[in-house]
Amino acid sequence: MAEIETLQRHNMSTPSKFSIVVKKILRRPTTFIGIAIVLFFLLLAIIGPYIAPYPYSAQNLAEKLQPPSEKHIFGTDQFGRDIFSRLIVGSRDVFVVAGSGTALAAFLGLLVGLFSGYRGGIIDEIVMRGMDVILSIPPLLLAMVILFSLGPSKVNVSLVVGFLYIPMVARVVRSVVLDLKTRQFIEAAKLRGESSAYILFKEILPNVLPYLAVEASMRFSYAIFLVASLGFLGLGVQPPSPDWGLMVGEARNWFHQARWVLYFPAGTIALLVVGVGFMSDGLRNMLLPGGVSDD
Amino acid sequence: MINKTVQENDIQLDNKTVLSVRNLTVTYDTKAGPLDTVRNISLKINAGEVYGLVGESGSGKSTLARAIVRYLPANGRVSSGTVLLSGTDLMKLPMSEMRRIWGAKITMVHQDPGAAVNPSLPVGEQIAEVARVHLRMSKAEAREKAIEMLTKVRMPDPKSVMKRYAHQLSGGMLQRILIASAMVTNPQLIIMDEPTTALDVTTEAVILDLINELMKEYNTSIIYITHNLGVVARMCDRVGVMYAGELMEEGTIRQVFKSKLHPYTRGLLGCVPRIEASKSDVSLSSIPGFIPRPDQLPAGCIFAPRCSLVEGACMASRPSRVEAETGHFTACRRWEELKQKPELYTDAQQRREGSERIEGPLVLEARNVKKYFSVSGGLSSLWQRGPIEVKAVDDISIRVRGGFTMGIVGESGCGKTTFARCISGLDEATSGEIILEGERLPNTLLKRLPSQLKKIQMVFQNPDASLNPQHTVGDSVTRPLVLLGKLSKKQVQERVRELFKAVNLPEDYIHRLPHELSGGEKQRVAIARAFASDPTIMICDEPIASLDVSVQAALMNLLVKLQESKGTSYLFISHDLAAVRYLSDWIAVVYLGRIWEVGSAEDVFMPPYHPYTEALLSAIPIPDPDVRQERIRLVGSVPSAVNIPPGCRFHTRCPRKLGKICEEQEPTWQHVNEFHSICCHIQLDELRALQGAGSIRQTDNPGEVS
Repeated sequence: MAEIETLQRHNMSTPSKFSIVVKKILRRPTTFIGIAIVLFFLLLAIIGPYIAPYPYSAQNLAEKLQPPSEKHIFGTDQFGRDIFSRLIVGSRDVFVVAGSGTALAAFLGLLVGLFSGYRGGIIDEIVMRGMDVILSIPPLLLAMVILFSLGPSKVNVSLVVGFLYIPMVARVVRSVVLDLKTRQFIEAAKLRGESSAYILFKEILPNVLPYLAVEASMRFSYAIFLVASLGFLGLGVQPPSPDWGLMVGEARNWFHQARWVLYFPAGTIALLVVGVGFMSDGLRNMLLPGGVSDD
Repeated sequence: MINKTVQENDIQLDNKTVLSVRNLTVTYDTKAGPLDTVRNISLKINAGEVYGLVGESGSGKSTLARAIVRYLPANGRVSSGTVLLSGTDLMKLPMSEMRRIWGAKITMVHQDPGAAVNPSLPVGEQIAEVARVHLRMSKAEAREKAIEMLTKVRMPDPKSVMKRYAHQLSGGMLQRILIASAMVTNPQLIIMDEPTTALDVTTEAVILDLINELMKEYNTSIIYITHNLGVVARMCDRVGVMYAGELMEEGTIRQVFKSKLHPYTRGLLGCVPRIEASKSDVSLSSIPGFIPRPDQLPAGCIFAPRCSLVEGACMASRPSRVEAETGHFTACRRWEELKQKPELYTDAQQRREGSERIEGPLVLEARNVKKYFSVSGGLSSLWQRGPIEVKAVDDISIRVRGGFTMGIVGESGCGKTTFARCISGLDEATSGEIILEGERLPNTLLKRLPSQLKKIQMVFQNPDASLNPQHTVGDSVTRPLVLLGKLSKKQVQERVRELFKAVNLPEDYIHRLPHELSGGEKQRVAIARAFASDPTIMICDEPIASLDVSVQAALMNLLVKLQESKGTSYLFISHDLAAVRYLSDWIAVVYLGRIWEVGSAEDVFMPPYHPYTEALLSAIPIPDPDVRQERIRLVGSVPSAVNIPPGCRFHTRCPRKLGKICEEQEPTWQHVNEFHSICCHIQLDELRALQGAGSIRQTDNPGEVS
């Protein structure tokens, strides 16, 4: 009798994975909007310099602080540079600096979380308390201290972002590892004599990746913000590079004469951050059904 | 004999009817459209009646109960039908009225007592609250009422229990609290949703007795939801067998369990191992196939695809509910044939010729295995001398012979799982020797050689956690072959296919992920994985506990089949005595980290027993309303393994305690025969006489069972 038990399964038509993903995306409009925004900015980052109407550093003092017009749709800044062009060209730095910072944090945080969680005991304790120390200092303050000593540059900003976000990623990864560690498939692997490396990378890692993806996407939105803040404080990308945060920073002085100088860069930052936020929410819903937010 | 199709006007309310459900259909609004999960149910419950709803998981039992009290999730609704509670149509009442009925006229007792009690309020306060809200009592009156109720549920020392919090009480105690608070308002109907499923069999027996006594006293009606046919037989006056959202058979307990006029009822009963049956005598029946999903119901009889009596007409149209005898309904077209020729679909388990062997080579020997866990005592460890130790396993020795099954039984917390983990090496034994085929094994897993590792494999309890969700099930089975064997790629693939065939899984499952499989199928994969390295001994740690009866039966048959063809020895751990009896050749009864009785399965289940074994046996719910069991109930729960009682460890709960000697001296082993030994102070002859006569001294259990 038992032979038949497994044979009579309902034949469910299995749609392709791609169409399932598309359906899931379309079901939540915010996810769709988020992805659209991010893709739009990503496209700008790639082709921006080729489609910008003006060179980003072209000064035209005769046309300084022009309000938005047909010629300059977002207006011009204090040197008469086209804000629209600068925003387009600047998007590349945002992705490169915030993106590489996030990637660095995700990679190092993953390693720290995996080893610390799997080893457990006193090593885990020491590592995690070390992470707590980093977390206990306000990120902007810590970033400023480091950048003052390293000197402001794109590379240093990414390194700082990467360093600052290691603890967040490591904590998420570690908590997932702690949960997985007690599952019986891990014990079954130990019973057949698997090495720790196999258990860590072949049994545990694949189950951590969805969590890592969600966490990284969330970190990315924070990283954009942090990079912009550092730029605003003059510690990030240096002039005359068209950095969004820097543009907001410089705009402070001219705000009373020309509000668009501030509004457009600030609005662009907000738009991208919201877009990435929507996207990461959608990612969470897709990858971790039933999971709860940890932020 | 009355034989008619039931029409609505046939069901008339008489004075005694408390609840009358007519043609109730529950619809869930899902993304795929509306789904009728419970369809067209009609039933009546009289005053003082215990009505059992039984069925496998997914049969709609809980949904029906929740629909009756209109307590469905947001996307669920009662799409048609009426529910009359003493003549009031609950479906037409406004929600504000319903809220007054909940807790006052209908109450519920849930499955997980730990989750149903508010952890941050004293339990007494939670009972008193019901009295204040529904009976409009003052604070002082409500307190009195709560104490009264706690006394009613035989709670020892009710006044001090009033002030305690959930974490200070055991599962059995919490379930009494829930029963007490369900009865405060003296409701007309109590819905009990698997109230004893999460409890040990001994605690379950005590709670069931309690419910029975209270019902007689208060004349309250109960809807008792369970998947355990034994509990139904012990508890209920009438029973409804549910399947995929419909009632298949309904009637008094004797009508249903004796006449069995629906093949599904017979199938279910055939799946349950009988306490007297062993694998060498019978093989269990099982029901092939799955419960259909509510969106993929067959056009005809919903049970037709799994029924061996199916004919063309069964597929054509849904059979109507027929009253076979007074009050006995069945939804089978062929019930008359079933009645006249019961052998058409028999629930009797097929007899089989098993091998009768006593001797085999000694495969596994564990000598004086101990496992102590040290616990940090927090601040108190500063002034307490010595580490606090939980003696989970305290000196257990066993021998397992080749091709045999050693069953280990005991309540939860008795150390049986820890012992198994020490054998496998997942936990490192504090002391003791583990000898496998004459070779001493290191106690830690890390020091064991690959050749030693492959000989001991394990099947775990929870099928969801035992497979890596990111690996295809084929990979899970392939890996041990790659790791342990010296096989070529082609040979490995061949072996995987063989293993899948051996556990009755189709080959195309190899590429599936675990979440695409049912619980029983996952457990089959886990068994295939354990067998991949061709182990000498396989440790099965409650492998069937979380599965439905029909799946349990199929898995037990599979384990027996594999043992016969491969000659593997099993260490089978379970709290389900019937399952252990069925699968095991030898049984060891464990309590508080030590063995108290060991012997061949037949001997252990026959007097003389150790008093603990006797209590376990008398607590088993047997799915036959005519069986009268001895009533031996244990007091309280297993004592903490930190402070183990001196003398005989069982003396604090033993119903046959002799006196001082039990409290002071450790008992010695007495040998009933070559294979059967009992560790007790009572002389064997005396035990035999006591247990044969069935005279049980219960005077030592004040407040527990009257």
